[in-house]
Amino acid sequence: MPTLEIDGKEVTVPQGVNLLQACEIAGHEIPRFCYHERLSIAGNCRMCLVEMERSPKPVASCHMPAQDGMKVWTDSDLVRKARRGVMEFLLINHPLDCPICDQGGECDLQDQAMAYGFDRSRYEENKRAVPEKEMGPLIKTIMTRCIHCTRCIRFAAEVAGVEEIGAVGRGEQMEITTLEQAIDSELSGNLVDICPVGALTSRPYAFSARPWELRKTPSVDVMDAVGSNIRVDTRGRDVMRVLPRLHEDVNEEWIDDKTRHACDGLRRQRLDRPFVRNKKGRLEEASWDEAFTAIAKRLKDKKGEQIAAIAGDQCDAESMLALKDFMGTLGSPNIDCRQDGAKIGQGARAGYLFNTTIAGIEEADACLLVGTNPRREAAMLNARLRKRFMQGGFKVGVVGEQMDLTYETEYLGAGPETLQQVADGKHPFAETLKNAEKPMIVLGQGALARADGAAVLALGRQIAESYGMVQDDWNGFNVLHTAAGRVAGLDLGLLPGKGGRDVEGILQGAEKGEIDTVYLLAADEFDTSRLENAFVIYQGHHGDAGAHAADVILPGAAYTEKNGTYVNTEGRVQLGRLAAFPPGEAREDWSILRALSEYTGQALPYDNLGQVRQKLIEAADTFARIDQLSPATWGAFGKAGKLGGEPFGSPVANFYMTDPISRNSETMARCTEAFILPKREATGTHG
Amino acid sequence: MLQDKDRIFTNLYGQHDWKLAGAKKRGVWMGTGDMLAMGRDTLVQKIKDSELRGRGGAGFPAGMKWSFMPKNDPRPSYLVVNADESEPGTCKDREIMRYDPHRLLEGCVVAGFAMGARAAYIYVRGEFWLEGNHLEEAVQEAYDAGLIGDNACGSGYAFDIYIHRGAGAYICGEETALLESLEGKKGMPRLKPPFPAQVGIYGCPTTVNNVETIAVAPEILRRGVAWWTSIGRPKNTGTKIFCMSGHVNKPCNVEESMSIPLKDLVEKHAGGVRGGWDNLQAVIPGGSSVPLIPKSVADNQLMDFDALKDSGTGLGTAAVIVIDKSADIIDSICRIAQFYKHESCGQCTPCREGTGWMWRVMTRMVQGKAEIDEIDKLWDVTKEVEGHTICALGDAAAWPIQGLIRHFRPELEERIVEYKRKHGKRATSVATAAE
Repeated sequence: MPTLEIDGKEVTVPQGVNLLQACEIAGHEIPRFCYHERLSIAGNCRMCLVEMERSPKPVASCHMPAQDGMKVWTDSDLVRKARRGVMEFLLINHPLDCPICDQGGECDLQDQAMAYGFDRSRYEENKRAVPEKEMGPLIKTIMTRCIHCTRCIRFAAEVAGVEEIGAVGRGEQMEITTLEQAIDSELSGNLVDICPVGALTSRPYAFSARPWELRKTPSVDVMDAVGSNIRVDTRGRDVMRVLPRLHEDVNEEWIDDKTRHACDGLRRQRLDRPFVRNKKGRLEEASWDEAFTAIAKRLKDKKGEQIAAIAGDQCDAESMLALKDFMGTLGSPNIDCRQDGAKIGQGARAGYLFNTTIAGIEEADACLLVGTNPRREAAMLNARLRKRFMQGGFKVGVVGEQMDLTYETEYLGAGPETLQQVADGKHPFAETLKNAEKPMIVLGQGALARADGAAVLALGRQIAESYGMVQDDWNGFNVLHTAAGRVAGLDLGLLPGKGGRDVEGILQGAEKGEIDTVYLLAADEFDTSRLENAFVIYQGHHGDAGAHAADVILPGAAYTEKNGTYVNTEGRVQLGRLAAFPPGEAREDWSILRALSEYTGQALPYDNLGQVRQKLIEAADTFARIDQLSPATWGAFGKAGKLGGEPFGSPVANFYMTDPISRNSETMARCTEAFILPKREATGTHG
Repeated sequence: MLQDKDRIFTNLYGQHDWKLAGAKKRGVWMGTGDMLAMGRDTLVQKIKDSELRGRGGAGFPAGMKWSFMPKNDPRPSYLVVNADESEPGTCKDREIMRYDPHRLLEGCVVAGFAMGARAAYIYVRGEFWLEGNHLEEAVQEAYDAGLIGDNACGSGYAFDIYIHRGAGAYICGEETALLESLEGKKGMPRLKPPFPAQVGIYGCPTTVNNVETIAVAPEILRRGVAWWTSIGRPKNTGTKIFCMSGHVNKPCNVEESMSIPLKDLVEKHAGGVRGGWDNLQAVIPGGSSVPLIPKSVADNQLMDFDALKDSGTGLGTAAVIVIDKSADIIDSICRIAQFYKHESCGQCTPCREGTGWMWRVMTRMVQGKAEIDEIDKLWDVTKEVEGHTICALGDAAAWPIQGLIRHFRPELEERIVEYKRKHGKRATSVATAAE
């Protein structure tokens, strides 16, 4: 713990911090552009210069380690003059286009020029102009504004793991550039956040709002099961943009491109009023009363076994609890939250959680990925795996599809037979797991959502147990979910009851006519044409697959439009908050079920959100601990059985389109075209 | 004046054979094995005692630099020889590599042994094609003769030498940029600390020395520290190759004793200033990056590190650029400013933006298309660049202009006034419109 003197005051700082951090600890703000806590140190902006004893020149505080006995001044004449000089240099070639710059109002250069700059320009020469660069559908470049801090280069190379940005040219002619193609990374949107000026700005958000016009609501993301913490910026009813919110244990300060940019899908194809299918077979606008009456009429005198319910991937816990309670009042055991048919949920809670935790990945020293492509399924989690890999001493084995995860992996094989070999210790990678102190295994939905899923799960458990992955203070067994609502659904027991049917059973029953009515709670991710013979009630926010098959449509709220509880793949309970009201007649989802229950005869026992949450805690006490992880107890799960021969795949083929919101997003469509679809040949009129 | 017997570089002009046989005749590789037998610490101590200062420009004591190398480090250590000689006006290393490559190689073995290096990398400036070829041939000869390799000079010490060719960037002569370039990256200076002695090439302890520093080291050990210190002044000992160019009658390289008066140097070896000493306007005494000195200072100037520092300039690489009265001194410095603008690596802000700004103001100063108070602004800008950058290129860009303003401010003002007179009152507006 070095003790040093900053501006005449003694301060003791933790070992290993740099001078800039030490000054911050001492309460002195140091201006900076190139320095970023999560990136390597470049020291090139020279804005953080401070005066140090026995140093004739001012030193860049970002790269100078804090040492015992140092004497530092952060506000001396020398320092002030140095900062003013650097500021002046940064501004001489920076255009004065703040009024038309999207960074305006949240620009580091603007703020620091105010605080540390000179009050007039002495530069009388011509300013430099730099041609724009192609950075794809998400990032708009105005490179004349670039101050060459190289944060983007370092972010791309270090965090995102794609070395696609660099600097060409020397001196004044130095330009940050890509290779004239979009940056192929799911994390590219973060470049906009780390750019301290308006050189890299968000293309979809361009010229649409000013930061001071926006209402900022802290919330959580539902595009995948990571539960990234986000800030939803709204103007009126429109979600203008989504930004990351710091959570060290989940997403640090990054979010992936789908989380950030799918929000324009919230304005398209929205269900904003109830619909009922009329006698001609057409969906017709209806009032809530008409819709509920139509449902009550249909459900009247139906036996519980004839009714079924499926909960979707982005459902909040409140609505799922209401759905479960509602099905209880109807006496139906046919309920399931596993649209993809994953064979999980029975047995111990540890059997369906990411027990290692996302932050815990950084302690692991070996990892086996089975049937998952984390880069597509949970980009933030993949970033954590990469972070761990970059620290060294981390071996990653892959069973499943061959893929580029932005870090080195060892490809073991494609299917269950390889996994069996590892379990039997016959595979060379078994040695790696055996020698590791904290090994981990990640089972993806590609390995579990299949006929032999239960057997794979059991095999995974066997591997976890035989390779010491489950210790007192370490649990290396992990299930990686892709659905934001899945863990909450499993925690609440949205699983087939006694004699009940799972999703496949419900679909088969509907085809055979054994199931009469199916309630879809925002469930769209299966072949809804199989429900043709059944009466389908669809409650959700988008006119997607489920709504097309529906006989009654009940308009619900999307994740930004309700106060909802979500549980991420680690089992972390987090609260999403209402940022904008749902459109038109749409309502919060749990309240729709509550209202409907009155029409069917037995009202659900809650009238407000507080009461629903009380019931949530009664159903599963983990809901009482918001954002607190408690290790799940180890126990039996999975069912040993015959393994199939088919190779494991990933459930996510197109990262940019996985749910109704992202499928309706124009930005995500552009990304799909840029990154997923084969390149279209330009025609003569294409320019 | 240095006597012939005291010269180290006896083939500076290439009259003799540069290959191994010829070099041996001149005393190179004589008793190298015995030198190594003295042991590491003795060698470093002797170099320290000799007060040899680095010949690359900064003049850091070589022995002290060598002693910074860690002793019990599991990593291998390396010696890197900076042969990326690009300072305008300087051509001393070129001659050493061209005509006396074995002297450099012998120096590598001795210096490498003294610092416990496993190998030496010689980073040769890209444009030095012939010199690189000579070095490569000399290295092959040395390997064949067993002077380097697994058993260098029969001492049992394993030492390799590799030649690496640069691509002609001035900034790669900065030691850490050189290391980056050597590693295959873009030549941009690193942040210090850590210094190369802790983390150098490939993360291993490294010492970077100039060609001349390394080449003279064996001779100091062979002839003795007393001989070396008898030449020059205390702290500024030994011999030095001076490169004389510009408005002299016979531009040349010459090995002279340190602390020789500038006037003697120019008159005796370079045939004097064109048109006589009185026709002298200014001298840039140490390569383009040091501030110039006017004739009044040059009259009694001693050529060594400390004397030149006292005159507000520096010895640099000892490249004496003589400027007579026929030259436009403002334009001369403007050309230097353009050079630094062109060679700035672009990494850190003051240098990237400042070199261009200074050059642009200088181009106007040449015409006189400026205001008088812009001279103060220019001075201020040079001060904002100086000392605020990662490497010394920012300083090097600022100093020549500072020298100009310090000694030739009347000329600058006169030029501006004259321009205003020629263009009437509209001078200022013309200037802005033309920009």
